[in-house]
Amino acid sequence: MSTALKEIEDLYLKDFREFENRHAGASPSWLNELRSEGMQAFAELGFPTTRLEDWRFCNMAPIAGVRFQPAPFTLNDQIENQIRKLPYFGLDCPQLVFVNGHYVKELSSVAGLPGNVKVASLAETLKRDDAIAAHLARYADHRSRHFVALNTAFIEDGAFIEVPKGVLIEKPIHILYVSADGNEPWVAHPRNLMIAGPGSQAALIETHIGLGNGVYFNNVVTEIVAEENAHVNYVKVQHESETAFHVASVVAYAARNAALQTNSIQFGARLGREDLTTVLDGEGAESYLYGLYVTNGQQLIDNHTAIDHAQPHCSSREFYKGILDGKSTGVFNGKILVRKDAQKTDSKQSDKNLLLSESATINTKPQLEIFADDVKCTHGATIGQIDPEAVFYLRSRGLALEDARNVLIVAFAAEIVDRVKFEPYREVLKAALTHKMKS
Amino acid sequence: MLLEIKNLHAGAGGNEILKGVNLEVGLGEVHAIMGPNGSGKSTLAQVLAGREVYNVTEGEVLYEGKNLLDMAPEERAREGIFLAFQYPVEIPGVNNTYFLRAALNAVRKHRGQEELDAMDFLTLIREKIKLLEMDESLLNRSVNEGFSGGEKKRNEIFQMAVLEPKLAIMDETDSGLDIDALKIVANGVNSLRSKERSIIVVTHYQRLLNYIVPDFVHVLSNGRIVKSGGKELALELEEKGYSWLDETVPANERA
Repeated sequence: MSTALKEIEDLYLKDFREFENRHAGASPSWLNELRSEGMQAFAELGFPTTRLEDWRFCNMAPIAGVRFQPAPFTLNDQIENQIRKLPYFGLDCPQLVFVNGHYVKELSSVAGLPGNVKVASLAETLKRDDAIAAHLARYADHRSRHFVALNTAFIEDGAFIEVPKGVLIEKPIHILYVSADGNEPWVAHPRNLMIAGPGSQAALIETHIGLGNGVYFNNVVTEIVAEENAHVNYVKVQHESETAFHVASVVAYAARNAALQTNSIQFGARLGREDLTTVLDGEGAESYLYGLYVTNGQQLIDNHTAIDHAQPHCSSREFYKGILDGKSTGVFNGKILVRKDAQKTDSKQSDKNLLLSESATINTKPQLEIFADDVKCTHGATIGQIDPEAVFYLRSRGLALEDARNVLIVAFAAEIVDRVKFEPYREVLKAALTHKMKS
Repeated sequence: MLLEIKNLHAGAGGNEILKGVNLEVGLGEVHAIMGPNGSGKSTLAQVLAGREVYNVTEGEVLYEGKNLLDMAPEERAREGIFLAFQYPVEIPGVNNTYFLRAALNAVRKHRGQEELDAMDFLTLIREKIKLLEMDESLLNRSVNEGFSGGEKKRNEIFQMAVLEPKLAIMDETDSGLDIDALKIVANGVNSLRSKERSIIVVTHYQRLLNYIVPDFVHVLSNGRIVKSGGKELALELEEKGYSWLDETVPANERA
């Protein structure tokens, strides 16, 4: 497991050569070039170390030190049965199912969507739709960001969604990433792209769930574009296995008068890191960012969010919450960048944490960089314990101590979870979170 | 005897607040406990409900003949003790109806009764909420969150009406209420008076006792009950003020 770092990075290069050869004839040249750019950038950047400010509290050595094999596509009857039994599976909405990063057509269903909406696997799309070149890798920066670079080198599969101008989709599109154990630790690089055309409205749910207790690493990149006056609702749930690694880079652009709501809920993985960047790229764009991380045991979950106010008259609201138990660690870094021309920016951020044990740690930091002079920006972070007066109040009405505590913890999380609009999914999520909190 | 308090000493942080309280409450009786600020009234109420910040250092409390001090707060609640808080706690994110149903079902389960389903429960609380003249919309809000002072106090009595305790302890329920709200609360409490239910009314002011007429009045001063009598004692206190008590305390116990 503890092969020297350089050696591991070289193995990614070796894997890349094989990957490149396999795709050489099949992929369009722009894509091969893009992958090469990604690999080249990763070769230069390597894995981030804790000497870098953005990675100070998030030691990637556990990932950098493991030889991960390219993800095996293992689908058999047993795994298929397990997937069909997942509460996340088969909800009353279109769904794309992936196993170890590979699209599984037989488990997916996109019925019920307006005919001109494109929902497909990225692998399929790359084969026949060159128009995607105008968007793919145009938002997440693979030249400067370690894990985006690595993901870009290995772009192969994921979800592609395009909602044409003016189309409203009622139900969310669910992309379900299931991870099954392999014989050896494996890595997948899922890549998602969603384009919501002008005036359209759509919701996307991205779920990552692990089936077993083996070691694997999902290195995800999701790019979302809300074009002028589009409304996009994005939910991401990280419910990986306890021994898994999950790194996600989400980048969302909102054009003029577009509205973007994200809700990121993380409670799985041994080490989870999410970089969520939203760019308010046109006047009047607005974003609402909700987040919840629930950790216990030895877990580490790191959220780095960045809101880039690039244009005037944009507003952003950000509410993150953490519930930390055991010896786990949480990190929240909320950057708000207000560029020089982004006058009349209105931004609010808060991160509230509930520490359930004396050994749990939270590092929370707002990071405001304001270059405009006529703006409203507020931020706040809190760290607290369960209110003993509230516990006593509930007990004095007959609730057992354990139930009183659970009621209060669930209530703390509810502010974020209740923002998940699609009720069938919200109920599944609540049950999963309740189960997690009781463990 | 429903409740017997014998030589109860209790305090917090090494500071003795109750210094030997003796009190007996029979089934169906209404007792008022009056006293100046800092006399230990609220401490007594909270100790009876099981508040853990107070340590009992001496004495005992029997409830239906059982050792009350050995019971956890939730056991006391399930056995029929209810404390109407002086300062009801706001609990954001916990729905009032959900909370009350969980509480009622915990109590019912303990009594060997069937748990109520959502429909039956709703019928029950709709009937009880009228008693307190509360707006039904409060049911769908978070527990006490954003309630006015008066709404919080009414919500306490509403909970009491739903949970139907054997022993209700009202801790300064009248404080901060205007006369209209006071009458509504008193009406609610009076409608709950029964031969099967005892009530301890802790108050600083006599005013409430015009509406909830007690069978007995006790005066608590410096951690001890210094005078007991009938309802006329409250009027006497109102007229003469608490300083009059100093003369009634034996000289060797005056500070």
